[in-house]
Amino acid sequence: MSESNLPTAWERFYNGILPENPTYRLLLGMCPTLAVTNSVQAALTMAAATTFVLFCSNVMISLIRGLLKPHLRILVFTLTIATFVTVADRVLAAYLYDMSKQLGPYIPLIIVNCIIISRCEACSSVQGPLVSAVDAIGVGLGFTLGLVSIATVREILGSGTWLGWTVLPNGTWEPWGIMVLPPGAFLTLGVLLAVFNRLTEKKA
Amino acid sequence: MDIFINLLLLVISTAFINNFVLKYFVGICPFLGVSKKISTAFGMGCAVTFVMGIAAFLSWTFTFFILRPEAPLPAWVWAQCGGDPATKVDLSILSYLVFIFVIASSVQFVEMYVRKFFPSLYKAFGVFLPLITTNCAILFACLEILKQLQDPTNLWGLHEALAYSLAGGIGFTVAISIMAGIREELEMCDIPTQLRGVGIALLTAAVLAMAFMGFAGVDKGLEKAMMPKTTAAVETSAETLEKAGEAPVEAVR
Repeated sequence: MSESNLPTAWERFYNGILPENPTYRLLLGMCPTLAVTNSVQAALTMAAATTFVLFCSNVMISLIRGLLKPHLRILVFTLTIATFVTVADRVLAAYLYDMSKQLGPYIPLIIVNCIIISRCEACSSVQGPLVSAVDAIGVGLGFTLGLVSIATVREILGSGTWLGWTVLPNGTWEPWGIMVLPPGAFLTLGVLLAVFNRLTEKKA
Repeated sequence: MDIFINLLLLVISTAFINNFVLKYFVGICPFLGVSKKISTAFGMGCAVTFVMGIAAFLSWTFTFFILRPEAPLPAWVWAQCGGDPATKVDLSILSYLVFIFVIASSVQFVEMYVRKFFPSLYKAFGVFLPLITTNCAILFACLEILKQLQDPTNLWGLHEALAYSLAGGIGFTVAISIMAGIREELEMCDIPTQLRGVGIALLTAAVLAMAFMGFAGVDKGLEKAMMPKTTAAVETSAETLEKAGEAPVEAVR
């Protein structure tokens, strides 16, 4: 396969952030998107961990792409991802213990996050390590954007704070309890998705 | 008798109160992707339940004998190799790798087996099987089993692990079937363009999640209703006896 008709590094980077935003456009990786976005801090940690795993496994797969056999491809992807997720999980447990407790099973669930497998499949198994690395950063930023936007809405409306700072003081604002509970996640993502569609529609 | 009541409570709380999809958001991809028709949604739900049961059985076995901190097998191997028996062997760092390997290979085997021996069943839900490998619900169930087996005070037996995962699968099937039923009706409705597709599905899921929040506390009520009073009294008196000497008063009450 010639590398000339594949997207360049810059195209990959830009595509990951807006036109192929994993949260709003491709709707991949829904489970962390909904589960950890009740506070901005948790969302940022989750996004950082996912980006780390995405970056490492993209580069790794790209380095060994010549050795991949078609029918064992997915298995190799998931095992590579699982290795890096174990690393991320241990690091979080060592340095950010409270956050690691709060995120609980969602850190290991990065293994089955469809974003990473789809990036391995679409980009790093056909392109070199540099392009894959840039692609991983772009997609990671897009994912961070998605998570933080949802978390911002949920944290401000649900507890009146943003990243721990009080935005809406307690006396003037009655927090919407539903926003930090599971239904709030579905609600926020649904509404934000509609807003995103509306905005991109105008541009086109 | 107690063991059945406990299992029933576990099943109810897993399937409805802590529904995998609507409370923990695992298995959202098929929940949004394969919920356009009731029949396919139900097929997907059955396939997930089936694989989840098998994966739970395998991961419980692996965790219990190999991966948990006091597991017998690695300690035995360590002793055979002449290692110091006082050393604690803990392989739980390998658990994610082992789980994902177990899930991927059991899905492969189930697919092959079903295709060979139950062709009609394969036609019904065979197409969903490969998708299940990356279904987070399965890994979530395995991780919960791992968590329960790392806690030495309350080790889960195989029956509890199986009940938990099958109940999780049932909860998933219930949620995805309800969702598909609503979405079939929604097709006739006039939905704003921006919300069409996934947007309206997410809003529907929000309403469903609110409805499922109504189940909260059902398990406590059932526990009170079903647990025979005598055993409850004996348990409390035993607990309080350990703590202090006021037990008789409590027990009489």
